[in-house]
Order: sequence, then C-alpha cells, then structure tokens
Amino acid sequence: MAITMTEAAARHIRDQLEKRGRGVGIRVAVRTSGCSGMAYVLEFVDEASNDELAFESQGVNIYSDQKSLVYLDGTELDFVKEGLNEGFQFNNPNASSECGCGESFNV
Amino acid sequence: MALLQISEPGLAPEPHQQKRAVGIDLGTTNSLVATVRSGSAETLPDYDGQHILPSIVRYSEQGVEVGLVAKPHVIDDSFNTIVSIKRLMGRGLEDVNTLGEVMPYHFVQSESSMPLIETRRGAVSPVEVSAEILRALAERARDSLGGELDGAVITVPAYFDDAQRQATKDAAKLAGLHVYRLLNEPTAAAVAYGLDEGTEGVIAVYDLGGGTFDISVLRLQKGVFEVMATGGDTALGGDDFDKEVAQWILECASVAESDLDSGSHRAVMIEACRVKEALTNADNVEVTFNGWQGELSRVQFNELVKPLVTRTIRSFKRALRDAGIKAEEIHEVVMVGGSTRVPLVRESVAEFSGKNPLTSIDPDRVVAIGAAQQANVLAGNKSAEDMLLLDVIPLSLGLETMGGLMEKVIHRNTTIPVSRAQEFTTYKDGQTAMAIQVLQGERELVSDNRSLARFELRGIPPLPAGAAKIRVTFQVDADGLLDVSAEEMATGVKSSVQVKPSYGLTDDEIARMLKESMTSAEEDRDARKLREQEVEADRLVEALDTALKADGRELLSEDEFNRLVADLENLGEVKRSGSAEAIKLEIERISKASDEFAARRMNSGIRKALSGHKIDEFKES
Repeated sequence: MAITMTEAAARHIRDQLEKRGRGVGIRVAVRTSGCSGMAYVLEFVDEASNDELAFESQGVNIYSDQKSLVYLDGTELDFVKEGLNEGFQFNNPNASSECGCGESFNV
Repeated sequence: MALLQISEPGLAPEPHQQKRAVGIDLGTTNSLVATVRSGSAETLPDYDGQHILPSIVRYSEQGVEVGLVAKPHVIDDSFNTIVSIKRLMGRGLEDVNTLGEVMPYHFVQSESSMPLIETRRGAVSPVEVSAEILRALAERARDSLGGELDGAVITVPAYFDDAQRQATKDAAKLAGLHVYRLLNEPTAAAVAYGLDEGTEGVIAVYDLGGGTFDISVLRLQKGVFEVMATGGDTALGGDDFDKEVAQWILECASVAESDLDSGSHRAVMIEACRVKEALTNADNVEVTFNGWQGELSRVQFNELVKPLVTRTIRSFKRALRDAGIKAEEIHEVVMVGGSTRVPLVRESVAEFSGKNPLTSIDPDRVVAIGAAQQANVLAGNKSAEDMLLLDVIPLSLGLETMGGLMEKVIHRNTTIPVSRAQEFTTYKDGQTAMAIQVLQGERELVSDNRSLARFELRGIPPLPAGAAKIRVTFQVDADGLLDVSAEEMATGVKSSVQVKPSYGLTDDEIARMLKESMTSAEEDRDARKLREQEVEADRLVEALDTALKADGRELLSEDEFNRLVADLENLGEVKRSGSAEAIKLEIERISKASDEFAARRMNSGIRKALSGHKIDEFKES
C-alpha cells in the first residue's frame, strides 16, 4: 500500500513547511462526510500518531491511517494550477465518482 | 473544481466549509488583495503576475478599465481617467475645493451633496469609482480561490471619519463584497507582524506610500489596538523623492523643466524612479537622460531627499506629542509603504525612535497581509482561541420599555461586530405605532442612562395588546456604528436609525457610568422590581377595563361586575403605595377573581364564531 506525490506537490509542501517553521510532513486521510460520501483531509503533521503509517515520496513524509488507506491506496497527490487558482488534487484510483467540486468522493 | 489547501493539524474543514476570505488594501495610489492559503497569508497576483493594482479607473469608450491598463491615460485622457479617488471618499463638494490639490476633473453637484465626476460614461461618484477597484480585486480573488468570496476585510486610514468609512463600505457593497469589518491600516500592519500576540505596549506605524505619508501611534492592550494619535502629510510620498531626483537630472543635463514635452517629462520621471530604486542596494548608479550621462551616489541622493525625510520625522514627533508619550516608550516601529525601502528613511526612523524598525515583510504588501489574516479569523477558518479580540463595546446598549425601564439588548464588553435581536410587543389594544428610544448605559432606569436616539415604528396593524410581534435588531459593526431597526413581523413594516454609540463619551465618563452602576446596584434592582409590577398593574387595568366595557354587563351579574370595578380601583390605590410586593399580591388576587369572567368571555366568543354554521363545515378541517 502506498501514497505518492508529484514533484510539483512535493515542492509546494516543502515550501509551506519551511514557511510554517515546523512540522514533519503532511497527513492524508479520508473521513466520511461531504456531499458525496467521503472527504479528503490534508493537513500538516507536527507529531505522527501511533496508528499511522508513514511513506516517503519525493523526499516528503506522508502520514496516513489504516482505515484511510483502504480508500487511498495508490493515490497520487498533485499540485495543479488552473488559471489563477492553485491547490492540491487527489488522483485516486479507488474513487468511482466525485462530487464535481473534488472535495468529496465515493468508492 | 475545488483544489485543496493544507490545513493545520485537526483543523481540516468539512467539505465546502472552507470560507474564502480576503484582505483588501484599498490604497490611494495602489491596491492589493491577499488571502490565507495553507496557513500563510499572501497577496494574489493577476494573470500577468502583478500583485499591485494601481488605483486608477478609466471610463473609456469601450467600458471601464482598472489598473495598469488605465495608467497611460492619466495624461492623454485625464478627464476620464481617475486617480487618487480615495482622497474624495466621504467628502462633500466643498471639501473637494479645499483639499489643497488641483484635481483635473469636472465636478458636478449631486442631490446628496456627494461630488460627482463628469466622465464620458456619465457622472460617477467616488463610491462608484472605488467600487470598480474593489470589483477588479474581488474578481481576481474569485479566480484565484476558485469560487465566490465569503467576505473581506478592507483597510482604511486610522484617521478616516464615519462618513469616509461609510463610503468605503458602500463601495464594497456596490462591488458585491460582504465586509466583515473595516480595519485600520496601521492595525493591519501590526497584525501582519504578529504584534497583536506579543507584549502590550506602544507601537508606531510609519507609512510612506507613493503619494501620502501617515504616522500612527497605537497602544496594544489586552489584545485591543487603540489609536492614540495619527499624523502625516497627505501630499508627501515616494513620488516626491522621484521629483527631487528628476530635478537633479534636469539640472545636470542642462534642460529646463518648462521646455519638456509630456513624453520627455515622463521619461525623466521614469529614469528618476529607476535610479531611486537601484540606490536601495547600490552605492552608485549610472544615470542617462536625453544624451546626458552621469552618476548619482547614495550620499548625493540622501542629500536630495533629506528635507523630505526630515518632514516625516517632524510629523512623527508631533504624533508622539499628541499621544502624550516619549520616543523611548515606543515598543516597536512597523514600516509600511514602498518608500520605506529607501535606506535613509530606515536610518532616520531608527535614529529617532531608538528602535530597529520592522521591515521583514514587503512594505507594499504588509497591510493587505494583515487584513487577510484578520479576514481568515473572522471567517471562522481558525480555531476560537486564535480569535483576536479587537474591539469591545464599552457600555451596554438597549432600549426603553414600558415604565421607563432600560432593556439591555447588547451587554457591555461584547466584542464587535455583533448583532442581537429581541422581540417586543404592543401594550395597548389597537396600538399602531411604537416609539423606540435607544439607550446606552448600565443602569436599570431610563433616566439614569444616556439616550442615543429615538425613532418610531408606524403602521403596526391594530391588534389586541400583546399580539403584535415587533422584532428589534441592534447591530454594531466593527467600526462602532450602531444600527437599530424595528420590524413588525406580520406586515414587515420597518423603521431604523443609525448612531455612533461612543460618540462624545470620554474614557472618564464611561468609567463614571460603570462605577455608578455598581454602587447603585441594589437601589436599581428594587426600582426595576417596582416598575415591573407597576407596568403589570397598568396592563391588567387596561385589559380588564376594556373587557368590562365590551361585554361585562352581558356576561356578569350586577354584583360580580361591581366587585371587579372595585378591585380595579383598589389596585390603583395599591399601585400608589410604592411597594412592589403589595402590588404583586393585589395583581394575583384580581387575576384570580377575574378568571371566571375570562372563561365566560372565551365561551361566548366561541359560540359567536360557531353560530350560523353547520357541524359538517368543520369536519373537513
């Protein structure tokens, strides 16, 4: 099981961590809510919790818990620009449908 | 499609819950928009990568142009290309004539005494022109954040008065922006440096922009920034530095200023600006103009602009004197505005204040960044403990209810902005109007509080006493402006008034009013109890009297009727006794005595309503 990220995503996360001045990596998780069932969680990690697995991709530590991994295995995190808008996008092979806004999905 | 941002641990928003909030620095010369993304505040660039939007609006044949595209037309289409509109915000036409600077526009008087500027697309008000700038920034923010904005914090100079603040809000409304609050520019700069979380003390904000200089002295106390004094020069800025250098170039090149056509005039100004900026890091800079070549050193440059810098320091001194503090008491100095990059400015400020000024955040963007951080908090994107307390209302606000009592709607020390609504009702049968007296203070009786305003709500439908629902809403915005509105819920008739609650009250007066409310607390409580019972007694008399007149003879025996009339007279007697307890007992006694009467009235009412109908008619419902 694994989660990976693109070079662009890694570069942006490294920048953000540096600006923030602390943090060991990012947490990628899934929780059940949102208009289409599941919602992604993307946050800084100051301290990993015991039930989390750690991955490394492009030199950035990624933390995720077992339950989330069921839905996230094989996901690639990307950083994209759409015009002036920019942010992260989950390329999740497990997702069968997304809510159109991309903030939540179904498996 | 929404793109995700990284959140702080444990604070990942629910889907669709992340609010898009921006901070806007609506400047005289330049404007910016910023937002907090992945935890840090940053200004947003346009499609060309430009962060700064020149505050210039042109009304062209094709439409409205804002920013850099409008800039070249300041000279060739000056009547229709509007700069420095901020100077006209909230001003009347008579102010415009005394602003001390010549504005090249054709002004026309409007009905509202607001000056209008004649352009080829019709007359426009300063509010409309500002709205165009805000609209351009809002559109950029929407494109950058991928959706509609929830709200914005817009900065204004600390010295802006009510009319100027209101005009700024109106402009935002016109641009379709929801304003969380207006924030003083120096406060925004201090917030950007995180000074609101630091130690309490005096903070000076030195803001040398393109065309204006502002100095503000703030005191941070319990997380609240208080403006102690402001000063400055509305006609001094970086452009004046350029002019000095341009003069020097013209002298060296032996060109008289009067001989310049507009093209070469612009050329020398551009060269002067380039040289000034290069001298921030270099000790010597090559200068070329019109075939002439030379060199300007930092030392020479400092000599040229020294009189200007000295003027700013003089304003600084004056502001400190107004605030009643000495330079040594300054805790931090924040530098704002592009011209504070000039080394001589930094050195002079450091020398005068004895503090190393804060310069690590881009001085052009620091105000917008602070505003964005504030907007992020106000949008609820941060946890509650990060919420900054910026302002509180010093005294409770409320209104007069029957019996001359003060009903508090918003209690003192409530953080603003705040909005509270309360429902009131009519006191008399068929009452169609209600007078609303807005009060400020901590005491229980109206006469011991301060009256702020009075207004009337008319057109209440005639109903029995207590049946009409009137919702009164008190709203204090972040700028301390109080709006009170009353609405009758059934018909929607509305009435409102706007007041500035703290107006005219000094700190001492506020302290005195608070102290009185403490020392007379018991007295006030008793007075309130008595008034409440008196009002209750009056209400009972009114209701019973009406009922007796309506169908007392019909439903009561002679004896019963006379007993109730006597009871009412007796209640009047007891009311005059001044004892809350006695009145209360008498009210209870009469209420009981009239229960039977009330029951008969109700039965007779139902009988009347049903008579003439068949049972079948009621079955369906």
